[in-house]
Amino acid sequence: MFHRESGIFKTSYGADMALYPLPVAKTAVIAIAAGVVLLPIVLLSVAPPLVANYYLSIINLIFIAIVGALGLNILVGYTGQISIGHAAFMSVGAYTAANLAVKFGLPFWITLPAGGLMAALIGAIVGIPSLRIKGLYLAIATLAGQLIIEWTINHVPAISGGAQASIEVPKPSLFGYEFKTQGQLYFFLLFFVVLAIVATLNLVRSRIGRAFIAIRDQDIAAEIIGISIFRYKLMAFAISSFYAGVTGVLYTYYLGIANYEQFQIGVSIDYLAMIIIGGLGSVLGSILGAIFVTLLPIAITWIVEGIGSMLFEMQQIQHVVSNARVITFGLLIIVFLILEPEGLNRLWRNIRSYFRVWPFSY
Amino acid sequence: MSKMASRRAITTLLAAGALLAGTPALAQKEIVVGMQTDRVGPTQNVGTVMATAFHDYVALINAKGGVEGYKIRVVEVDNEYKVPPGVEGYERQKKEGAVSVALYGTPIVAAVTQRLMEDKIPGTSPGFGTAAGADGKRYPYSFPIAASYWSQGAMGVKFAKDKLGGSLKGKKIAYLMYDNPAGKEPLPILEDLAKSEGFELKIFAVPAPGVEMGAQVLDIAQRYRADFVIAHLFGRSPSVSIKEFKRVGFPLSKVIAFVWGSAEADIDAAGGFGVAEGYYTMQFAGVGTDYAVHKDIAAMYKAQGREPSKEMASTVYYNRGVVWAAMHVVAMRNAIKAKGGAMPTGEDVKKGFESITAKDLESLGGVAPPLAITPEDHEGGGWVQVFQAKGGKLVKATEWEQAYRDVLKKHLDAESKKAGG
Repeated sequence: MFHRESGIFKTSYGADMALYPLPVAKTAVIAIAAGVVLLPIVLLSVAPPLVANYYLSIINLIFIAIVGALGLNILVGYTGQISIGHAAFMSVGAYTAANLAVKFGLPFWITLPAGGLMAALIGAIVGIPSLRIKGLYLAIATLAGQLIIEWTINHVPAISGGAQASIEVPKPSLFGYEFKTQGQLYFFLLFFVVLAIVATLNLVRSRIGRAFIAIRDQDIAAEIIGISIFRYKLMAFAISSFYAGVTGVLYTYYLGIANYEQFQIGVSIDYLAMIIIGGLGSVLGSILGAIFVTLLPIAITWIVEGIGSMLFEMQQIQHVVSNARVITFGLLIIVFLILEPEGLNRLWRNIRSYFRVWPFSY
Repeated sequence: MSKMASRRAITTLLAAGALLAGTPALAQKEIVVGMQTDRVGPTQNVGTVMATAFHDYVALINAKGGVEGYKIRVVEVDNEYKVPPGVEGYERQKKEGAVSVALYGTPIVAAVTQRLMEDKIPGTSPGFGTAAGADGKRYPYSFPIAASYWSQGAMGVKFAKDKLGGSLKGKKIAYLMYDNPAGKEPLPILEDLAKSEGFELKIFAVPAPGVEMGAQVLDIAQRYRADFVIAHLFGRSPSVSIKEFKRVGFPLSKVIAFVWGSAEADIDAAGGFGVAEGYYTMQFAGVGTDYAVHKDIAAMYKAQGREPSKEMASTVYYNRGVVWAAMHVVAMRNAIKAKGGAMPTGEDVKKGFESITAKDLESLGGVAPPLAITPEDHEGGGWVQVFQAKGGKLVKATEWEQAYRDVLKKHLDAESKKAGG
């Protein structure tokens, strides 16, 4: 875990950009991969099925959030373009996939990329204002995108599938094997999470990723050194929306339904919270943020209920539990951001660099 | 490195969670029901009251010795009207051994509908979810157990017909709706009835968040000159509509509201009963505290030396919560009886729900509709009672009634066919 080079010996750009800075990292990654794959099997063998399924269901929700947070971080964290329309792009992906799956009976391995591509297209269109405006103004423009997409889904029955704006989809299946239980869905989602993480890691160290970062740091300077702002800003919106679309599709398959109320403005804010808490412009930050925002309310509830039920009848303190959760959640976000404004990712790095020289810190 | 870190974080948190959650204490004979609500989210004014009522009724049953010897344990989850906590909460309730779940919030109901079928756990959703959920053949484990928006729309038309002298020929009815899927849901029914009853239907949509509807109300009152208004609004908007109708001088006795625009809180927010005098509201549970069950709950509190919960004053939502809990209790009782006293499974409780009749709910004293749930009809007949704001409180304007069941049946069948059922 704490393996580190003893100095900087890189002599080529290739070495500097390598995904694995040291050969030992490969072994570590393989070990993690094995752990992740074995986790549900171990969980199911040590815990009763209902309990194991409960924990798997939480991990599954985190998996879905990770894909969405990665996508938003590419746009906001790496390219520096603010977007409050992330949930709307998810709904584009969700309804595209749901319609394809129901009307044409297509399997998930077609509907999933199709949902992503459709979201990318719409995302690129919503991103056009970013060519002229920045910061808060762009935020408002993307907010308009969110509301327009919500309105369209609400008012076009061909998209929404009728007045209820819900489309039920069958569970995903591959060669006749159906992903139904939480354990099966775990592996289904895991595949796409790994794909998203690997893709993002590679994207940000590529020519495109560096162009994004250049635009974020100083767009005029970036243009002067020959980066096409037009192309890369729209590309950032498209790639980010592709992730969002895939998130929407995964959500749809996980729940078995695409529903209008799952992708409203509040969800966009939740995802912004994830990447800000996790750390802007970092893959690990997106993951930590997704885990933090999804898991923290659950953990607080466990703790408060656990302590409360020792002292009181449960129904007398339900209201206290709910309010304690919201207050603690808010407080912890403030505490973490004061402690480290650059997010959990930076906090983790600080801890790591402390132990790197420990106990000889001077 | 990043993957390594994330994996570590997940496993550490999981381990911590496993320690904290622990295993629930084992009581000798206990039956578990899951209940979701919203105490801190956008609909907290509804959720808090309904949840309190749910707990109160279950406490009453437990105080009387439980249901068929089983003590009922409620596992409450506050989902804040959000999908991820709702899904996580459902799994937690399942883990705790819930044999039925009371679901809260339309998107959450949609999100767990398939899970209910896979896990064979019946879930109730009074006032939430879609009208198609009433189709027990298509959704065997979904139980709306209260009048759907379709039934309410039909009832609105029937009520207008009664008030306008028994015929709607050539009359003008305005449908004032919140512009979202739930608001639009009754449209097929209303349009169908407009044809068969020969009235003119005009739709006035109010965009979210529904606090600005001066133009629509003025249009209804002065340009369109509607003979009757059916209003289907949520959140703050019902109170705004009452205020606006009052302002333009449209008689509120020509307005009937759907169930989510019908609470004391909506009338209070509009400026009190003085402003809302005459306003008609639809209810799927009785209003007021003059029912047997309220006396029982008050007596229970007194016996424990406590004051009744203050939520009881909000009788519209409180009574809905009581009826909601009562349905779960009756279903569990039916299931335990059918199993000869053995612990029922979710499947048994589903059958328990499907054998609920009006007689089972009589002990509540008329607060519940005289419904009958069958394997085909999980709505229980779409019973609605209309109350009117009169002299400072909501007064009964009709008995429990049903409207246009044949039309609704036709639409349900069409929906089911469209879905390939």
